[in-house]
Order: sequence, then C-alpha cells, then structure tokens
Amino acid sequence: MTDILVYALHYEGTINKNSQGAVSEAAKLASQIGGECHALVVGESVPDDLAASLGAYGAAKVFRAEGPEGLAQPVVDAMATVIGDHGHGYALFGGGLLGFEIGAGLAARMGAGVVMEVTQVNVEDGKLVSERPILGDSSISQVRYEGDLGIIIGRLNAFEISESGGTATIEDVQVDYREYSTRSKMVKRGEQRGADVNIEDAKVLIAGGRGLGKAEGFGLLDDLAAAMGGAVAATRAVVDAGWFPYAGQIGQTGKTVSPKLYLAAGISGAIQHKVGMQASENIVAINKDSNAPIFEFSDLGIVGDLNKIVPKLTEAVKAKKG
Amino acid sequence: MKICVLVKEVPDAAVQKRLGNGRMDRGGEKNLNPYDTHAIEEAVRIKEGGVVTVDEVVAVSMGPESADRAIRKAISLGVDRAVHLCDPAVAGSDVAATGLALAKTLERESPDLVLLGQQSDDGECYTIGAVVADHLKMPSLTQVIKMDVKEGTLTCERQAEYGYDTVEIPTPAVISVGDAINEPRYPSLKAIMGAKKKPVDKLVIADVGLEASQVGEEGSKARWFNSAQPPAKAAGEIIEDEDTNETVGRIVAWLDERKLLS
Repeated sequence: MTDILVYALHYEGTINKNSQGAVSEAAKLASQIGGECHALVVGESVPDDLAASLGAYGAAKVFRAEGPEGLAQPVVDAMATVIGDHGHGYALFGGGLLGFEIGAGLAARMGAGVVMEVTQVNVEDGKLVSERPILGDSSISQVRYEGDLGIIIGRLNAFEISESGGTATIEDVQVDYREYSTRSKMVKRGEQRGADVNIEDAKVLIAGGRGLGKAEGFGLLDDLAAAMGGAVAATRAVVDAGWFPYAGQIGQTGKTVSPKLYLAAGISGAIQHKVGMQASENIVAINKDSNAPIFEFSDLGIVGDLNKIVPKLTEAVKAKKG
Repeated sequence: MKICVLVKEVPDAAVQKRLGNGRMDRGGEKNLNPYDTHAIEEAVRIKEGGVVTVDEVVAVSMGPESADRAIRKAISLGVDRAVHLCDPAVAGSDVAATGLALAKTLERESPDLVLLGQQSDDGECYTIGAVVADHLKMPSLTQVIKMDVKEGTLTCERQAEYGYDTVEIPTPAVISVGDAINEPRYPSLKAIMGAKKKPVDKLVIADVGLEASQVGEEGSKARWFNSAQPPAKAAGEIIEDEDTNETVGRIVAWLDERKLLS
C-alpha cells in the first residue's frame, strides 16, 4: 500500500486551484497503486471546512498543522513530520513557486529524488514515473524513483481538477519546527502592484513583453486592444520592471488565460509564460528574434519590428471593422 | 561578511542549434549561466554599497574541467576568488545530489550569504537554492527581485502566487535572485585579463567530505531512463516582415479567416 501526500496551498480562505488539481491527480494515481491520497494544509487556524473541502477532490485524509503561511521551509518540516509518521511513498505538488521550494527542500531533508515541471505521471509496475518536458518542450524525460520517497512537482495547470465528491477526515499534527525554518518573517504578503485590470474574461488579449523596450510601448498595445475589442496583458519581466500592473500578468506566478485570440508582442515565450497561455485558441506572435521560443507554439508568427507592425495593424483592423 | 555565489557552466544560448527533429545540439561553446550574472552583480553591489562590510565574494561551482571558462567569466564580473568542485564522480548527479555536493563545498567557506541565479539556462528550475539551504540549515528564499541588506538582516521582495511578498530574513541565508533584480555590468578588458590570474581552488569530493556513493548516478534517486518525443504539433505559419503593409494585410486576412475580427 502506497499513499501519496499532497501539499495544499491556501490563501484568504480558498484552496489554490493547482493544489486542487494536484489532489485530484494524486487520488487518481493512488487508486491505481492501491493507496490513499492525503493532503497537508499548514496555516494559522485553518478552519475545518476549508481543510475538509479537499475531500471533494479525492483526499481521504487531510493533515492540518498550525504554522506560518506563505513560506516554504515550515511546510518542509510539516511534510517531513507527516511522511516520517505515516510512510507515504510519494509527495506531490501542484505547479507554483512554493511547491518548487517545498519539494526541493523536502528532497534534501529526506534524501529523496525530485522531478520538477512534471506534465504527466504514469503508473508502471505499481510505481510512479514522472514525465518532464525539457529543452523548450522539444523532448520529454521519463524518470523513475529509487528509495522510499519520490517527489513530484507539477508544472502549472498540468493536473486537471476533478471532483469525486468524497469526504475527508481531518487529523491535526504537531510539528517541531526547525530553528532555521522559522527565522524568516513574512512582512507583507500578496501585495497587488499597479491598477486592478481584468484580463480573465477577455476574448482577445494583446500581451506585451520586454521586447516593447519601454513602459510607453504599452500605448501601442492599448490602441490595438481597443481596435480589436480586447484587453492588454503582460509578462512577468515587464511587471517586475513596473511597466504594467501585476493583475494583468500571465504565467507561473500570474494568471492563466485561454482567450480566443492571444497576440504576443515582444514576448520571447519562456516556459513560465507559456504555462499561463498555451490553452489559448489562436496564438499570434510578433518578435524580431526568429529564434524566439514563442514561434514554436504560435499559430501565426511574424518575425519583425513590433513598433512598425503594431500601429499599422491597428489601422488595418479599424479599417476592416469599419 | 563573506558572500558565496553559485555559478554554473551552461551551453551558450547564442550557439544552441535547433536541429530538424526539434532537439537542441548541446555540444559546442559553453558559457556562464546568464541568470548567475545577476547573482554576481548583486554580490558586487552589496560589497560596493558599503552598508555592510564584505570581506570577500567567492564563486562556487561544480562541473567538468571546461567549467573553468565560466568561472573565469564570473571572476571578471567582480568575484574575488573561486572554488571549483571538479570530480568525475559528480557527473550525472540529479538535483538533490547536486545540491548536496554544492552544500558540502559551501560548508568549507562558512558564508554569511549564498546567492544564486533563479534558474539555470539548461533546465533545473528554481530548485537548487532550496536543496542547498536545507543542507546548510539556513533560511532561504527564491526568485528575489529586490534585496535590502543590513548587518544581519535581508529584506527581500519577490513575486509569489498571490502578488508581491516582502520577507525579512536573518543571515546566514541562501537567496536565489530573479533577473529583474539588477542589470549586470559588462566586464572591462582589464578585468577579463586579470581573471586569468586569479586563484581557482580545485577540489575533489573527498576534499568536501563526500563519498562517490552520495553523488553522481549512484547518489541520485531520480533516475532518467528514457526520452520521448512530445506529440507532434502542426507548425505555425511564419511571416518574415519585409514589406510591412503586405505583412499587416496577411495578418488581417488570417484573423478574418478565423472570424476573430467580427
């Protein structure tokens, strides 16, 4: 019997969607290897109903530990405690920054193998095998685990949410936090920088990246978005640079979108961006670098200078729409 | 204060070739991982900033003989000296074994701050810092884009799942930095020439207290066994912009065909 333990991230009373997907995936895998899916929540007075809500995605048991929120190292302690007591064979994380940090820290702590950016998990002879795309998704590495524990860190949105409608029991766990795990202090969490923009409901998204050259470059995209009846979005690089509000960011630590049209201007197409927009129905990319990875997953790619192309495209769209 | 910066040799992006089957040719030129230059720059800025006294910035690397070139590049960017764990036994290490070997190498230096780039250009996403930190029993944070350093404390900002977080971390600590943290400088010709003469301490695993069974393929619990091809995706249409009016005409026609302009 091999049980799988999933870390479930929560914030302001809601379980993270990637964690719900991870629990769903672990429940499916656990049933194939004759075990149970368990989840762990860490936080300050996590309410019963929030913890128990993971039962709906297939968790048979939810471990609940009292501890600081938003930092990885206390969760490593909690995971190690639960796995030490119960002997889980696998630990699984949904895509997300904390999952990477916790999974890696846990690998060090338990002397376990870890595979990150996993897009698919298969069962072979009762054991889990991770598949991880590498080299710009041009090849897929298949990896097995040796030892008592295997750690799987999913790619963002890799695991589908599936509601089984089950119920979970809650078990409170006492964790002896390590001194170095609790030295960091969260001063401010989840600060929203910039205006509140809505990109998730738009059917057309015009997204800009570092290739815009400067913050003012977004003016060109505003014009095109207005002509097309869409909204403007951005990559992490330009949000970090303060050119665009965080609320309009696509990717790993931003939003996941799937509009009818995603037009990427000056975006190279790093994996962290791709995971947030690859489900878009039509992807058009404008980039002056013909080797930009974004051209590998665009339906229409234009190699050229966006400063020349975008204003003319705006005019042409206006003319076409009359 | 002593700062150690983890640096890595990766295939040079400028000479990475995409082959017909979609795979990357990983032979040829190697260079310093571009993400590491941000960690080096941050270390040098802390030293130059004068808020805290930095005695030394030391580059720590693990890799084959050829990594010497990347290490010299790190030195030319302002590192004072370097330590190179260069042992055939570490070849084939997975992330956990690599992190262990780097942690053991770092232990000899007793750093107050370990800096590294948020990822390597050739693949290990975000994870080495957290592995190293747990072995060193230090607090850790990844993808930091702003760091204020005071004696004994770092105030770090980063973007996480729900927005920007500000975290206060006492030293010693392991911090991975994002590329938004700074704009790395170009080395001067004098620095490039000088880097050839700076000391690089070459170590084997016995020097850092490791046995062969702890690293390399034997010490790795995640075992690669096969490479598969992803499902073939129809290649997109590519337009090379020569006449912009014509290009725009083709884009509009393409959008119109898919009823995206209605």
